Amino acid sequence: MEKTVNQKAWFLVLPVLILVAFSAVIPLMTVVNYAFQDTFGNNQFFWAGLDWFDELLHSDRMWDALGRQIVFSAIILAIEIPLGIFVALNMPKKGFWASFCLVLMSLPLLIPWNVVGTIWQIFGRVDIGLLGYTLDKLGISYNYTQDFYAAWITVIVMDVWHWTSLVALLAYAGLQSIPDAYYQAAKIDQASRWKVFRYIELPKMMGVLMIAILLRFMDSFMIYTEPFVVTGGGPGNATTFLSIDLVKMALGQFDLGPAAAFSLMYFLVILLISWVFYTVMTNLDKRES
Amino acid sequence: MADMTVNQSAARSKPAVKVNTRAIVMGLYLLFLLLPIYWLLNMSLKTNAEILGDFSLWPRDLTFQNYATILTDPSWYMGYVNSLIYVVMNTFISIVVALPAAYAFSRYSFMGDKHLFFWLLTNRMAPPAVFALPFFQLYSSVGLFDTHIAVALAHCLFNVPLAVWILEGFMRGVPKEIDETAYIDGYSFGRFFIKIFMPLIASGVGVAAFFCFMFSWVELLLSRTLTSVEAKPIAATMTRTVSASGMDWGVLAAAGVLTIVPGALVIYFVRNYIAKGFALGRV
Repeated sequence: MEKTVNQKAWFLVLPVLILVAFSAVIPLMTVVNYAFQDTFGNNQFFWAGLDWFDELLHSDRMWDALGRQIVFSAIILAIEIPLGIFVALNMPKKGFWASFCLVLMSLPLLIPWNVVGTIWQIFGRVDIGLLGYTLDKLGISYNYTQDFYAAWITVIVMDVWHWTSLVALLAYAGLQSIPDAYYQAAKIDQASRWKVFRYIELPKMMGVLMIAILLRFMDSFMIYTEPFVVTGGGPGNATTFLSIDLVKMALGQFDLGPAAAFSLMYFLVILLISWVFYTVMTNLDKRES
Repeated sequence: MADMTVNQSAARSKPAVKVNTRAIVMGLYLLFLLLPIYWLLNMSLKTNAEILGDFSLWPRDLTFQNYATILTDPSWYMGYVNSLIYVVMNTFISIVVALPAAYAFSRYSFMGDKHLFFWLLTNRMAPPAVFALPFFQLYSSVGLFDTHIAVALAHCLFNVPLAVWILEGFMRGVPKEIDETAYIDGYSFGRFFIKIFMPLIASGVGVAAFFCFMFSWVELLLSRTLTSVEAKPIAATMTRTVSASGMDWGVLAAAGVLTIVPGALVIYFVRNYIAKGFALGRV
């Protein structure tokens, strides 16, 4: 749509600007403030320059948490994206069953995140949980509070359970937009099921899939509540992801300087990914119009 | 995956087989989704003795005692009330400020509009963990700590950008000629917006409100950090089932089931828009 140039439109945006500035810019400035200063209490601050950043870049703790975070996000994407597409391809196209599937699939997305954690905490327990009990009876040793692999698998399966539907819903929305004529043409050409997927469905889904990939990456990159409830970051530090580590540092130990420096670097990464996201979104808009 | 190899013509001659593989895949997936939820429901209907005693797939000794505990104890049910209060406040604030902004973004181009739109997105993407500590200090210093409005404002951080993006997506679908005709007919901006424009994007407002409601409802980190007693959300209340005498599993499960109810009730109405909402209005 052709837009009119109108500088007075700023007045319409003003409330949002003020509100978001209050809840984003002011707190962020506090973070910036702490990131460059040191304190010995009593509200006395000293200029610390880049010391905190220097310390952080040489701390194993941060790099370990970042490493775990990247591995986690990579595994999540590798499982959820293909699985989500596969589910979307198998969803009923219309009618009662389509609504039925949509409603049930959305259910995990609407559960408070700590309840998601609680559900899996219970579900995986050997004494009272269905999953833990079954695995135990099958003779598989499984204890997510003690065992490194069990903890990781639990957290990953939980995230797959929680968010695959999002990928499936987006992919489904992409599939719905493909006109029937495309399939008829493929039928005339006697294209195989794989070729229909590769040359018709996948290209048509690409835009929404990019959104799904970016959203899943961002959200898994800042995951906090669910693993915190299930494993508390343990055993040891096995599932301490970036956000868990940051909250531990900021609110647990009250290490303001390092936590603030950590936050800023975290935020810069997010900013970079948001920019990619934005570019994809605007390109998608252009292609539509 | 059998249907992946079956080509179109073969599928046409044996439609029954194709339908069945689809049904099986969906059945298994839905089973995977619903089993943990069922287990929670199952536990909430058992007594603690039964939960910790014999393992059973359904409650043998059906009891609603756990729900009764929650619904009669103010320290429990006030958690739900508190959550609902700040969630509704947040949804209202978000929609009210987002409506004019989304209109401006969808209709006009002005200085810095693209940068502003991008900046809003970065706030939707910002990790709450980064904001937990500064929020705590900010709201403590202005005396809003442990109030509903503090949490409602804090959640605006990600809900206002979300609402703007979703509403902009819906408004862009309304042709601009409608605006112009209304102005020619002598409508003022306010009257046009409420009388003509709002009904046209009613579904968009509904979807945006739903998503604001939902993201405020599922968030725990900020709401827990900003409250202690008066405005404590249900999510934080749930941790008190851990006591010296061990976990009160039945009550914990019942509280969990009750948090799922609000989402489950409204999901039916937005089922066709849910993908659009998650994609920030861009499907």
